Amino acid sequence: MTATVERAVAAPVPATAPGGADRRTAVEQSRRPLWQRVLFVVALVGVAVVFMLPFVWLIGASLRPREYVFSGGFLPTPFAPENYADAWQAVPMVTWLLNSVVVGTAAALAVTLSSAWVAFGFAYFRFPGRDLLFGLVLATMMLPFAVTMIPTYLIWTELRLTGTQVPLWAGNLFGSAFYIFLLRQFLLSLPREYFEAARVDGASYPQLFWKLAFPLIRPALLVAFVFEFKASWTDLMKPLIYLRDEELYTLPRGLKVVLDRFGYGGEQQWEVVLAGSVIATVPMLVLFFLAQRHFVEGIATSGRKG
Amino acid sequence: MATTTVPAPAGRRRRTPLARREARWAYLFLAPWIVGFLVFNAGPMIASAWLSLTEYDAINAPRYTGLDNYRELMADPMVARSLGNTVYYTVLHVPLVMAISLGLALLLKRVGRLQGFFRTVFYLPVMTPAVAVGILFLLLLNTQDGLLNRGLALVGIEGPSWTTDPDWVMPGIVLMGLWSLGSTVIIYLAALQNVPRDLYEAASIDGAGGWARFRHVTLPMISGALFFTLIVNTISSLQMFTEVYTMYFGNRQTQGAFNSDAASFYVIHLFQEAFQFLHMGFASAMAWLLFVIILIITLVQVKLGNRFVYYEGDQP
Repeated sequence: MTATVERAVAAPVPATAPGGADRRTAVEQSRRPLWQRVLFVVALVGVAVVFMLPFVWLIGASLRPREYVFSGGFLPTPFAPENYADAWQAVPMVTWLLNSVVVGTAAALAVTLSSAWVAFGFAYFRFPGRDLLFGLVLATMMLPFAVTMIPTYLIWTELRLTGTQVPLWAGNLFGSAFYIFLLRQFLLSLPREYFEAARVDGASYPQLFWKLAFPLIRPALLVAFVFEFKASWTDLMKPLIYLRDEELYTLPRGLKVVLDRFGYGGEQQWEVVLAGSVIATVPMLVLFFLAQRHFVEGIATSGRKG
Repeated sequence: MATTTVPAPAGRRRRTPLARREARWAYLFLAPWIVGFLVFNAGPMIASAWLSLTEYDAINAPRYTGLDNYRELMADPMVARSLGNTVYYTVLHVPLVMAISLGLALLLKRVGRLQGFFRTVFYLPVMTPAVAVGILFLLLLNTQDGLLNRGLALVGIEGPSWTTDPDWVMPGIVLMGLWSLGSTVIIYLAALQNVPRDLYEAASIDGAGGWARFRHVTLPMISGALFFTLIVNTISSLQMFTEVYTMYFGNRQTQGAFNSDAASFYVIHLFQEAFQFLHMGFASAMAWLLFVIILIITLVQVKLGNRFVYYEGDQP
């Protein structure tokens, strides 16, 4: 069973380099009649517009005065940029932004370093029980968060860390199955001779990892880092469970407060809710444009969902 | 368990002192994961199995009650309701996401240089924080002022009350889920680009038309990716939480104004039982039921998948 799952997980990993495949499409491309290509582009533009409309509306509406939030179309007219200042003042937005940055960075750094360390153990060494253990790593990916959620909460409570931000990232210090899998794949693609040669030259195993493997798998490390940063930035459940003090909230948790306070049942100040949503979203869009290659590569080679 | 993708070392050597030293180092590298596995996976699994047999409020010591939680679980109408909603969502969401994503990926494959641009467009919703997605759709789906119903009104359709009519809440959530199908598109696109071109040429020479090429070349060649997204999307749909919780839960006033039972998902109900009502024993039982459901569904999918999935360069 584990072997089958593993095969399924490994299935979307392309055997060829992405560059080679692109050239093939380019060749195929030139052979299609022009009218067909135009038709495809028109169809895609149609779908793309539908996908972008929510963003356009969000940004437009967040820049309109309260009474125009719903009645206006997509344009920010009348123009009311002060909504952002209002949101900024109504809630501790800066604090939440910084909290999210700190927690996200800690979570991403912890998981990247620890997973790389463990992945190196699986990729480089041959030892009894390796395949069984690696099967176990993959099996943990299937375990629903809900099953371990309550005992994990009790552990952090026992350590008197409930109510702090530590539980939001510290679990990542022990590696995470998905990233161990991803990084192991990358490590296995490196020629073993590099490492053998370094061994002959007297390098220790930690040196192999730190001086040789680590720089070589940098692209994969970045994939792990941006994915985990995004996951942490988006997570609502852990902050709901662990954080009480509003000063410690991360952005999603804060945004939920904004919705409950200023949205339905609250003061009906939707422009504040919308401005808050934009503030929470923009950093992720910037991250995507900066690290687009890593996201696409990460999804294409590992099949991670979001 | 024994067969894996890892190539086995050629021939079994006897354990030399060097090999033993190597093994010691190997376990040192694995140590963080092993500790994490024991503390955050294996331990909590055992603890949660035990808790599911108790009554526990996180304050007083757990009191053993046998299978009472499971009996209550089976009789609880809210568990049934939330599980029903979750299955409803999954059954609609997964096939829709797969079909639309495949269509988009097939189009994307054919537009050459514009591919990167469209790929970005479809992926940006995935980057949007789930709480913001929930807020955005709460407003887009609004009965009078929402973008969707205003759009429908333009073509003469009076849109339903997506966010307040219990019959229309779930379809609204399914619509919202479709907005974030970007990663599935990227997986399919990568798979499509790895289909060897010669296969299409050979099929064309044999007289295969467009549909035949799709049916007999494309589909089998990307069946691995289809199978994979089926499993991953199913597992994640069954655990839907953040967007819906943002929209309809966690706020007494909205929860009172609108009968939020209609929007209850399994993990949302579990979360409330655990951390709002402090029924931690009951919630643990719910978690185990979810685990068993996910396990069974995945096993069935793997069984069926093995029949339909073609693995290139498959090892025995």
